Amino acid sequence: MKTTIPVGPYHPLIEEPELFRVVVEGERVVDIDWRTSFMHRGIEKIAENKTYDQIVFLVERICGICSTSHPIAFCQAVEDITGTRIPDRAKYIRSVVAELERIHSHLLWFGLAGHYIGYHTVWMWSWKYRELVCDLFERISGNRQSYAMIKPGGVRQDIKPSEYKGIMAAMDELEPKINMFIGAVLDDPVILARLKGVGNLSREDAIKRCTVGPVARSAGVDIDVRRDFPYAAYDLVDWKVITHEGGDVFAMAVVRLLEMLESVKIIRQCIDQMPEGPIIEEILEVLPGEGIGTEEAPRGECFHYVRSNGTKVPDRVKVRAPTYSNLPSFRSRFTGERVADIMIILASIDPCYCCTNRVIRIEDGRSVQTFDEKSMLEMSWERTRALEKSLSHTSGRLLKL
Amino acid sequence: MNNVDPVKTLQAKFPDALRAVDEKSASRVYVSIDPAKVTDVARFLFEDLGARFIISTCVETRAGMEILHHFSFDSMGVIISLRAVVPMPEPRIDSIAPIIDGAEYIEREIMDLFGVEFVGHPNPVRFLLADDWPEGVYPYRKEYEDKYPYRTEEELEEVRDKVRKRGTK
Repeated sequence: MKTTIPVGPYHPLIEEPELFRVVVEGERVVDIDWRTSFMHRGIEKIAENKTYDQIVFLVERICGICSTSHPIAFCQAVEDITGTRIPDRAKYIRSVVAELERIHSHLLWFGLAGHYIGYHTVWMWSWKYRELVCDLFERISGNRQSYAMIKPGGVRQDIKPSEYKGIMAAMDELEPKINMFIGAVLDDPVILARLKGVGNLSREDAIKRCTVGPVARSAGVDIDVRRDFPYAAYDLVDWKVITHEGGDVFAMAVVRLLEMLESVKIIRQCIDQMPEGPIIEEILEVLPGEGIGTEEAPRGECFHYVRSNGTKVPDRVKVRAPTYSNLPSFRSRFTGERVADIMIILASIDPCYCCTNRVIRIEDGRSVQTFDEKSMLEMSWERTRALEKSLSHTSGRLLKL
Repeated sequence: MNNVDPVKTLQAKFPDALRAVDEKSASRVYVSIDPAKVTDVARFLFEDLGARFIISTCVETRAGMEILHHFSFDSMGVIISLRAVVPMPEPRIDSIAPIIDGAEYIEREIMDLFGVEFVGHPNPVRFLLADDWPEGVYPYRKEYEDKYPYRTEEELEEVRDKVRKRGTK
């Protein structure tokens, strides 16, 4: 007998508005359908009323996590129309920002994956080291998310030579931690039991369903925009594309973890080789035409198509986020899986969601209280102590009984 | 099928279907095709030449609805965009979703937002728009804003008033 289980419209774990109708027979999944756009913002339509400079900020807000990928893809589409060649220094800065974003995004995913399988140690550790990258972003751009670094023709802000040392130090600190995670994933029996062989995607299916990014690479499809359509400084530094076999959740975790090491490598080389010079080639006007910009976001290929009409605003902006291409692969990956694994498979392609809260502000009518990192930590310690106290109290009573 | 120039192969294979080839740069090629032949060309690109389907774009122009199917040849670093223009007021084109799984959702999206009919689509139901959205209203068309204007400042103030009153109860 077939039963339909709705997962959504609010994703129970990712808190994102999308609805999956999972058809199950007994405990096994037989089909899945997807419905989205409960909070469609009409960004492509809004873009038709904004100038090219404003759209960069608009597309930056498509996703809080890929907040550099969309602007880079859009700016490359505009540069494709105008035929602009961006200065060398801007290329390197774009690469540094994009790779830092990849590291923080993959760490975020890895932590969430741990959270979804109930392995909270992984979650806490991974997010702890993600803070390093977020703090680094704050130092470079002034923001932990939505860095506003990219502009058509180059970059908006420079990375000052005085900041090189901090970036290198953060990379030195991060690399052993990533290695630690790689060791943990490959050895940990709990992670192996929950991730290995779950949500398999064959190479043929990955190609047939047009997947991109780590999802495709984990199934052995050797594609990466950074190498295939070189942009920024990726053709000027030494790195390699990570692929894996199997296409299960475990393979995706391995691909993402190894990619982080490559990102560290790229950032180090970029900082070492960073040339002097201007950071922007001003684009004065955009003639009628059309352009395509692609960028390897942490989740896969990010695609922007721009049609200009010679005025200050474009005629059409088409955005294709990587998740859009990866979702059709669920049809292949869910068939035959258990209901208990739905969550981790849904999360495995790393669908986007935004979480940039750091400071909580509470207004209860009488007073306004602001909690920062320290006071929140103290609050949590206090709660733990209270919990310990009550637990020891209960267990004592239970023992007596 | 590496090291085969996809544009030349297309020209040799479909001399009638191809109307114009615009090589904007080494990595961007736009190929205008006869809308009636879109499935044949897409099938040849996807199945025989091994291209990866990226996405489709719909652009409203004076000539009609322009459907662009973007294909990527990753090993060669070329993006080929098939361009088919279908006339208004009833834009209609053959669906490529039966051939390419990845095209199913984007075609449903274009159906919702631009009102282009994809003939032969396996599951032509609403994807993006709400179930109670009026029939025949396409929010991404240029005519949309005139038909359904945004709320005026007075109307917005009314809504705010309502919310305020609800809050005090």
